[in-house]
Amino acid sequence: MGNNRVGLAGLLIALAAPFVNASPYALAVMTSTVIFVMLAAGLNIVVGYCGLLDLGYVAFFAVGAYTSGVLATRLELPLVATVPVVLVVTVIAGIVIGAPTLRLRSDYLAIVTLGFGEIIRISANNLDITGGPSGIYGIPPLTTSPVVFYYLTVAVVALAVLGAARLGRSRLGRAWRFVREDEDAAEAMGVHTYRIKLAAYIAGAVWGGLAGVLFASQLSAISPNSFTFLQSALVLMAVVLGGMGSVPGVVVGAIVISLLPEILRDLADYRFFLFGVLLIVFMLARPQGLWPARSKEPLT
Amino acid sequence: MTQLVWNGLFVGSFYTLVALGYSMVYGIIKLLNFAHGDLYMLSAFTGFAILGAFGGVPASMGLLALLAVLLVTMVASGLAGVALERIAYRPLRRAPRLSLLITAVGASFAVEYGMRAVAGADPQVYPVRLGGTAIEVFGARLTLQQLVLVGAAVALMAGLNLLVTRTREGRAMRAIALDPRTSSLMGIDVDAVISRTFFLGSALAGAAGVMAGAYYGKIDFLMGFLIGLKAFTAAVIGGIGNIPGTMLGGLLLGLLESFGTFWLGGEWRDVFTFGVLILFLTVRPTGLLGERVTERV
Repeated sequence: MGNNRVGLAGLLIALAAPFVNASPYALAVMTSTVIFVMLAAGLNIVVGYCGLLDLGYVAFFAVGAYTSGVLATRLELPLVATVPVVLVVTVIAGIVIGAPTLRLRSDYLAIVTLGFGEIIRISANNLDITGGPSGIYGIPPLTTSPVVFYYLTVAVVALAVLGAARLGRSRLGRAWRFVREDEDAAEAMGVHTYRIKLAAYIAGAVWGGLAGVLFASQLSAISPNSFTFLQSALVLMAVVLGGMGSVPGVVVGAIVISLLPEILRDLADYRFFLFGVLLIVFMLARPQGLWPARSKEPLT
Repeated sequence: MTQLVWNGLFVGSFYTLVALGYSMVYGIIKLLNFAHGDLYMLSAFTGFAILGAFGGVPASMGLLALLAVLLVTMVASGLAGVALERIAYRPLRRAPRLSLLITAVGASFAVEYGMRAVAGADPQVYPVRLGGTAIEVFGARLTLQQLVLVGAAVALMAGLNLLVTRTREGRAMRAIALDPRTSSLMGIDVDAVISRTFFLGSALAGAAGVMAGAYYGKIDFLMGFLIGLKAFTAAVIGGIGNIPGTMLGGLLLGLLESFGTFWLGGEWRDVFTFGVLILFLTVRPTGLLGERVTERV
């Protein structure tokens, strides 16, 4: 498939990047970008494949980061050992928010997920175990060398992106697209739409949670400020910009969205204003995104 | 106790004013206008700018000046709502709902951070405070200004209800809500009616914005985000698209929050509200007064 070659090229670029510039700043930016790619790949499963608008996606990111951070600092576990627990907790989080709400129509779901994202953030801000507003610090890193950590992140995220792409082509993935295109027709053809949507939700939650572990390891400190609605909106923007449902598109979208603020530093005040305008312009002019899964693919 | 009820009703009337616009727009074009809360923020700032331009208000004139500013701001906010509809929503009326929702999120961002670029990120202090002498009513302390504001809110709600149920304009709105295509075949100018609906809804949010500015005394560019969510919750509790239901929902939410804050502490207030929202959507997604609708596209 052409996508394989594109993916390989992308991976090579990611691997070669530190040879071009390996200053601590550049490495930090690149690592963040790669983590953001993972988030976008996860949200793409929910929004892109299955057509469920999730406006609180960052909640799963937070759940992953906090679960891992709390376990690592309270029980002094190495970060890797927290991963199985993170998986379990994010799956539960996906079910908790998905199960009661996935029967709702898309716009209700959007608001409920938004509310859920806020609930997670406010809880993190008020609970003792999450360290309140100051968050958790002193999270042990996965590795001490930034370069090694960068390569580790690239490896994990490459696997995650590949996994998301393969899921999209699997039987389950085809069911997701069917639900997105026409839920009623899917139901009539014997697709268990509720279970299928829940599966998309859980997959998205797991991707987000694992990205959270990487995030916690990179910064070694997390606080509720990292998990605002703004973050959710930015991930959504990456998915929309790249092209919903298209894996290479979403990866490109994520890279653009996370690098843009670094490039546009001078425009600091207008940055997010620009993001908003861009969202509108894209929906009006090019709703299929920069690199659509298929040209002229209808949404929803 | 009475104080809690009073606070709840007072805050609830803000929620109701904002929720009405949400509910009307949803009723007529089935769009969740994410930027609606930001119109409320926009008006709070507009009111702030107008009051600032006149160099503050003498204390004795505070109330009258406030009502005048309220009126001007409502018009401005209404026009902003119409512009929003024209630019961001109308071209997408036939597009899939997902893209419409995403545009709405984009619009919300553009308004919020546009305001941040203009007015700065720091909260502004409102030049008019609803201080005044407090009077005791059934053991609750409330001021004359608060009473007037609630009165204004109730008058606006009653006026809107009359407009929707009794006038030609209202009948056209209800017709479009039922079936836009047939309405246009029957000679209703659908685009114009939708524009006017946006105007009304946004004007109500505008009124709430100025009132909230005067009540809380502090405004900032993100204040619309939370109230947008709250207003949506209120609309859902009462039954979105249903005007009396939305009013009931707004007041109920205000009361629930007031008591929820009392029992759980202020920091859990919003969690409590969103919990109520999720509970309502799970148990009764059509709200208290909404009838069952079978949605088929």
